[in-house]
Amino acid sequence: MGTANQDPVVVVLQLTGANDYLNTVIPYTNPLYRDNRPCVGVPADKVIPIDETLAFHPNMGPFKQLYDTGKVAIIHGIGYANSPRSHFRSMDIWHTCEPDTVGTEGWAGRVIRDLDPTGENVLKGVNFGQGLPRAMVVRGVPVTSVADLESYGVLTNVPAITAEQERAKVLERFARMYAPALGSGPVMDYLGHTGLDVLKGVDVIKTAPQQYTSSVQYADTPIAKNLRNIAQVYLANLGTQLFYTQHGSFDTHFNQVPMHNKLWTDVSTALAQFFDDLREHDAGDNLIMVLFTEFGRRVRDNGTGTDHGAGGAAFVIGNRVKGGMYSEYPSLKPEDLQQGDLAPNYDFRGLYSTVIERWLGLDPVPIVNGHFEQLDFI
Amino acid sequence: MRDHDLALMAHLMRRAGFGASRAELEARVAQGYEATVETLLHPERTPAVDEDILYRYFPNLEGPLAPVQAQTNWVYWMIHTQRPLEEKMALFWHHLFATGNSKVDNPPELLQQIAMFRRHGMGSFPHLLIELAKNPAMIFWLDNNGNHRGAINENWGRELLELFSMGVGNYSEDDIKEASRAFTGWTIGPKLPRLPLGRFYWSFAYKPEDHDEGEKTFLGHRGRFNGDDIIHLIVQQPATARFLARHLYNFFVADESQVPSWNIIPPRDPAAIETLIEAYTTSHYDIRAMLRTLFLSDFFKQARFTRVKSPAELVIGTVRLAGNFATPRLGFQELAFECAYQGQELLNPPSVESWHTGQEWIDGGALVRRVNFAAKYLGDTSLPGIKAMVTALQEQGTLAPAAFVDACLDLLGPLDVSAQTYGELLAQAEDGGWLTWETADDVKTSTQRVGVMLALIGASREYQFA
Repeated sequence: MGTANQDPVVVVLQLTGANDYLNTVIPYTNPLYRDNRPCVGVPADKVIPIDETLAFHPNMGPFKQLYDTGKVAIIHGIGYANSPRSHFRSMDIWHTCEPDTVGTEGWAGRVIRDLDPTGENVLKGVNFGQGLPRAMVVRGVPVTSVADLESYGVLTNVPAITAEQERAKVLERFARMYAPALGSGPVMDYLGHTGLDVLKGVDVIKTAPQQYTSSVQYADTPIAKNLRNIAQVYLANLGTQLFYTQHGSFDTHFNQVPMHNKLWTDVSTALAQFFDDLREHDAGDNLIMVLFTEFGRRVRDNGTGTDHGAGGAAFVIGNRVKGGMYSEYPSLKPEDLQQGDLAPNYDFRGLYSTVIERWLGLDPVPIVNGHFEQLDFI
Repeated sequence: MRDHDLALMAHLMRRAGFGASRAELEARVAQGYEATVETLLHPERTPAVDEDILYRYFPNLEGPLAPVQAQTNWVYWMIHTQRPLEEKMALFWHHLFATGNSKVDNPPELLQQIAMFRRHGMGSFPHLLIELAKNPAMIFWLDNNGNHRGAINENWGRELLELFSMGVGNYSEDDIKEASRAFTGWTIGPKLPRLPLGRFYWSFAYKPEDHDEGEKTFLGHRGRFNGDDIIHLIVQQPATARFLARHLYNFFVADESQVPSWNIIPPRDPAAIETLIEAYTTSHYDIRAMLRTLFLSDFFKQARFTRVKSPAELVIGTVRLAGNFATPRLGFQELAFECAYQGQELLNPPSVESWHTGQEWIDGGALVRRVNFAAKYLGDTSLPGIKAMVTALQEQGTLAPAAFVDACLDLLGPLDVSAQTYGELLAQAEDGGWLTWETADDVKTSTQRVGVMLALIGASREYQFA
């Protein structure tokens, strides 16, 4: 199980709310870190050192173990010029690759379109969670969004429909009601496509949990549940090449220390369980996971938390990823900061480009709207 | 003419409330459209929801003792309110001033915010903003309790301008900092410990010793501004009038583009926005005046089925049609969960930027849930509202297939459907032949056929629109 289809797969894990870069990959020997983080700074004896200058957050133990196997790439100083410091706007920019105008197409949706131009497999892109991220939205590109894999299906629980035969007949009518018609308008068309795509996807994706067995016990957290669902669908070989999910909120303006501790406990534990699960199934060589957040947080803490910043960190994890550090940790010197924030030195569209070109084998230029420096983690 | 009046009243009640039963619609038609609008605009003339009954059935739903039950409590209000617009405005302000339990971690306190929206949601806008600035859940949500003289936290100052009043692009970064200085000292009073008696509500406290008394420059004005001065300057801005007008239009009239694009993408109906702006300005910033103008306008009356229902509208509207939950009973919690699964977790919006609306409510996962939910309730002929529809059909006697379809569409709206949808509904009706009620077997079969027909209509694309 799990190794028949070797098409490359990407899992995107969005850390919603702006993860604090400085307290995730900590410049623990830099006096400027101590000076700027009198309240939320992590003491040097608590961190998990990576080398003489940088360390992981204390609650990232399982993450560090993955890093030590050489499977984790850290991308420093990621972002883009003129950070708006607005969650909504910045997430939009990451989702659409349009920093100057309001974009309408998501980068992941474009990837899905290029992987499956005829939209044949509605499970080519699958989101797990509440609501579809803008990154996956491109008009006419079918994607599947699942809140809970166990209860997914259409007209499954109508009291007046008592026989399975009748339900099948009603589902046929449903399909014809949602069929494309001339002149019905864009929103009606969108609803029609979405309805038909759902019908196609449901029957297939429902088979995934039935085929799945594992000895890995996932934690009882939302992120662990979503990663387990991703493992189930991935291992069922349904042709999904782009998975998306998110966790948060990382918006730690206040009372940051306990919040951030729990967030990273939950994320790194779930990640370790996910990769253990793949290993148990002798799978995962064709999968990478990308973790990103909309921006980093301000260098100087505000007393108990941190405000919106600019440059952040991203991570790429996978058996075939060349682990290590990429790009550079931005300078903490006051003269190098931008309005008190770390200056981004690596454009996020370069990360996408690397994944899109070197991993998925697609042309990144039309997807991310231009040419950007790629990195050698693949 | 009567059909037209009924359809218009159904439209008004879907928008200014959460839909209404046929009996309620007919009573309101008898009252008249303008008189109904005036009644809706003056909730104080109608009794409020009797929470005592709720607490008699579910003592654990009461206030501070009930953290996990807060969404359930609000769902109860939405279903049972006799002041539909008051409740709809509470939802409107919850969309606009999105405050989330993901951080506040105190649902009863969020319910207090919703109650504040009920009290102040249809009056003066500056007054509402001041109440908002003093609302403990909001203070905690946007960290104004961490905003101190000499050490500002700009979270509240920024979102007040960007998301709650003027919209991005209409102020500078310095304006944010100066507004934040003006709100230093606006904080939460000392909290009582949660144990052993349970939670106590938070309170607003103003600490003059922590307030920055210095001179500030805000939107070109100079003075020793305090927070209320900032709000009085904000509400005078043309950008504020426009921002609020567009929000009301998007929520009550027709789907607009998403909020962050508003300084780039012009309104769908610029004349309508100008009309609402004028109502705001001439009434000296009165929400009620804007709503009156809106509901009496032709642009509103002509906007039937031009908005995708939000999950709350779909769930509550369907439950009100199906007519169960007439008295408190178990299951409200499932309705709250259902809103969340469809993408709208009440009291916990995804971020301070709130939910994306319109077409963005719909994705594959959400559509499955919307279809399944509506079909499950409308296709359950044991529920009182559906039973009443079956009875209404039975009273019409033997029905030809087309008359059967027409009667069902009428009872669920009246609802307009495309020729394509109508064709499928008709084919479904023709499959079973004429709808008859002669024998007990006929009644049984016909009742079930009505259930399937209503479920199929609930599963249609058209049912997704308000």
